Amino acid sequence: MDNVIEILLILVSTIFVTNFVLARFLGICPFLGVSAKIETSIGMGMAVVFVITLAALCSWLIEMFVLVPFDLVYLRTIVFILVIATLVQFVEMVIRKTSPALYNALGIFLPLITTNCAVLGVALLVVQKEMDFFPMLFFAVGASVGFTVALLLMAGIREQTVHARIPKVLQGTPISLVTAGLMSLAFLGFAGLVKI
Amino acid sequence: MADREMMSSEIADVQTASTPSLLNLKEIAGDFVRGLWEEIPLFRLVLGMCPTLAVTTSATNGVGMGIATAFVLTSSNIMISILRKIIPDMIRIPAFIIVIASFVTITDLMMAAFTPELHHALGIFIPLIVVNCIVLARAEAFASKNTIIRSAADGLGMGIGFTLVLILLGSTREILGNGTWFDMPVLTGIMELFNYEYQPMIVMILPPGAFIGLGLFVALANKIEERRKGKK
Repeated sequence: MDNVIEILLILVSTIFVTNFVLARFLGICPFLGVSAKIETSIGMGMAVVFVITLAALCSWLIEMFVLVPFDLVYLRTIVFILVIATLVQFVEMVIRKTSPALYNALGIFLPLITTNCAVLGVALLVVQKEMDFFPMLFFAVGASVGFTVALLLMAGIREQTVHARIPKVLQGTPISLVTAGLMSLAFLGFAGLVKI
Repeated sequence: MADREMMSSEIADVQTASTPSLLNLKEIAGDFVRGLWEEIPLFRLVLGMCPTLAVTTSATNGVGMGIATAFVLTSSNIMISILRKIIPDMIRIPAFIIVIASFVTITDLMMAAFTPELHHALGIFIPLIVVNCIVLARAEAFASKNTIIRSAADGLGMGIGFTLVLILLGSTREILGNGTWFDMPVLTGIMELFNYEYQPMIVMILPPGAFIGLGLFVALANKIEERRKGKK
């Protein structure tokens, strides 16, 4: 029972309280770049959940069983980024072979994920915080779902702002940033809900 | 006749070869200056948002992050420019990433050793310079096609441009959100002169302040650019 509560707390805190985009500032580039339409952001979100969870799992295993025993912790950044780049490529190939439908849905987003700093961010955070296996797994799932939630909300708002009359200098990035700021202000309301 | 033509073309070749120092200097200056306004990262090219928003809670952090990124940007540009003819085209992106990751690791370890406080404040965002789009974008778009000196100038210019924006955003957020600038009391000090206590706008230090502050700065940059074009 305690475990279930702990897992729930991790999920709530990563999705809402310290949302990866709006409170931790990870993954801003795709958040601003791909959030023009709800459909594409669903595809991106699914791809990100998949890759972040796998990447966190692999990096955690490598840290535990390779880097720490062999005293190579200083190579962490290089190893993790290589793992992520390879993983993304690998996932792309596997999906293309096994499920062409999913590949068509995710295809174009997969290469973009390598430079999504949320992926490397989650991988680094789980090893820095020295999490155990299950908390690590749910932290990764929560983080990526939080990213997807923020992306979907943003896409919904942006589909509406297309019809709004926005001053010329604010069009494009500035208004997206200000919108994100207001969303982040709303998410501050969750602060203090869960303490981890 | 044909000989003479060849001669003259040879002479022309020699002439272009003998004047490059002056020509190059102009080119190099152009590469350097471009990063400062025309293609200043964050304002003109919307790249490298994550560290910008996250670390600019104070001007000091902005300077630290800016210098770290500028160092990685310049050295990886130089290294990639040196290696540009050796790296096969097919695997150039992974190769670039390894070069960048090595310099990031160097920066990370150096900062941990010499500026532990700053290293702690910037935290995870130092290793995350690896995935800062600016660094990879300059490697791919510039350093892999140009000479070493031009790539160095480009990296330095972009790095300084990036640092300037970070300092601007960091200063604004620190002054409004905390009343200080580089830990010197600015607004708090002024208010004290009039026997008032400064009530900081805490929201500027919190995440929303980063988003809204940067958004308004980008809008301001757009406005200035519009004016500049109008005058021309």
